[in-house]
Amino acid sequence: MWVIYKKELTTFFNNLTGYLVLGVFLTVMGLFLFVFPETSLLESNFASLEPFFEMAPSLFLFLVPAITMRLLAEERQLGTLALLLTKPIDEMGLVIGKFLAAVSLLFLALVPTLFYYITLYFLGSPVGNLDTGAIMGSYLGLLLLGSAFASIGMLASSLTESQIVAFVLAVTGCFLFFYGFYFLSGLPVFFGKWDALVQQFGMDYHYHALSKGAPDTRDLIYFLSVIAIFLLITRFVLQYRIRS
Amino acid sequence: MSVRVEGLTKIYGEQKAIDKLSFQVEKGQILGFLGPNGAGKSTTMKILTGYLPPTEGSVEIGGFDVQANPKEIRRLIGYLPENNPLYGDLYIKEYLLFVAGFYPIKNPSARVSEVIDLIGLTPEKHKKISALSKGYKQRVGLAQAIIHDPQVLILDEPTTGLDPNQLVEIRSLIKALGKEKTLIFSTHIMQEVTALCDRVLIIKDGKMQANDTLQNLQSTFQGEWVTTVTFQGPFTLEHFKKIKDVQRIRQIHADTIQVITAPGIDVRPLIFKQAVKDDNIIIGMQQDRRSVEEIFQKLTGSDIQ
Repeated sequence: MWVIYKKELTTFFNNLTGYLVLGVFLTVMGLFLFVFPETSLLESNFASLEPFFEMAPSLFLFLVPAITMRLLAEERQLGTLALLLTKPIDEMGLVIGKFLAAVSLLFLALVPTLFYYITLYFLGSPVGNLDTGAIMGSYLGLLLLGSAFASIGMLASSLTESQIVAFVLAVTGCFLFFYGFYFLSGLPVFFGKWDALVQQFGMDYHYHALSKGAPDTRDLIYFLSVIAIFLLITRFVLQYRIRS
Repeated sequence: MSVRVEGLTKIYGEQKAIDKLSFQVEKGQILGFLGPNGAGKSTTMKILTGYLPPTEGSVEIGGFDVQANPKEIRRLIGYLPENNPLYGDLYIKEYLLFVAGFYPIKNPSARVSEVIDLIGLTPEKHKKISALSKGYKQRVGLAQAIIHDPQVLILDEPTTGLDPNQLVEIRSLIKALGKEKTLIFSTHIMQEVTALCDRVLIIKDGKMQANDTLQNLQSTFQGEWVTTVTFQGPFTLEHFKKIKDVQRIRQIHADTIQVITAPGIDVRPLIFKQAVKDDNIIIGMQQDRRSVEEIFQKLTGSDIQ
């Protein structure tokens, strides 16, 4: 598993995907938070990172599939999957190794954004007037959300040999899981009776719950289950669809 | 370490890709797996490595059942898949170190250098895989297969697409590797079998056509000598059929016949005398023993490359 992890992480930075993802994420975020007046933290009268956490999921919606699209589709296309799966590693090790590499890249993308936090910390009046708990909760939520997107991306990537198809599938899947249930809850069938329940299936519900700063185990369990389910399906695809 | 295959069958949907294959290979033997394209060679090899599950039957390597003990099996075997898949964007050393990482190797970088020397990759060792010629790529494929010094080597068409010089080099490599290991390789090139194998397994449409040593196979099928005769002008086929010891005659062109006899019998003088008697003119005559190509053609009923 760690062999795969190490290789994927090196590959991210060998073929520039890694730098591109980090660069795009930080540039776009930087522009919105410090340059564009509508969303600028500096124009706002409150010392809050809320605009950042509101925008990050939309950006993840495209960036995470861009990271994961290669992971299995390329192995299928090159034929190297047959090579890997005849080495002493099982499907789960392969899937988890690649998944963790993608998550690590997301983590690396989030680390520099602590700079925003530090900036706000000192801009606050008085200094340090900031809801640190809520911010930590939001970071946790964002990392979990990114990981859940990555697990959807892994599944998409295992279904096809084409990276483009994997990308489109992953974006669609992530979108549905993030916003889909919220929109679904607005259907007349659910509205007024089941809408609250239906919303709870969506990732945005749990993401926003986590960003309130008091981590609830239910939200953690939700994200961890989603990740586990998608990774297990990916493993299943590798084992029974491709190798049969 | 022996490889034992028992009643192996693989069915894809409605189609039987392989049908009740059984064979056995021992240490120090090279088994050549011969068959036309689509005969089921790659499928069989994928099952041997545990990559594909068989529909029926079993594979045992060194006493381990492939399906029941995938981890052990994967350590024991080295596998070069069909079409030699590689990561083009890695450097040779980087790639081999990656592969070495899967196995419990004490000093991976020393082992990688050793294998690079052994396989003859030294002159190219600082290159990216995508920058290598086909022959060197094939060597990288072989190198990754032997990095953990496996007991059993399974090579799926290791010589496809190589130029004649590269062919000779890769073949001698395979021959050398086969001395201490159990080696199974597939090919559709006949000369390769004659050059390398101890045993030959010929399959067609997933069915075993022959499973024997090369020598036995040749002597069984050398039950015939073939004399090809070309005439100028018309001739009477019937007269030649009456020549002593001739088993049968087939006409392959308007002016050319093949006279088939038991081995060791040279009918050329008699054919010549008969032609003189009939006032025919012979403009060509050649005697051949059956070659591996013909054995293959006969067993698989298909054209060869």
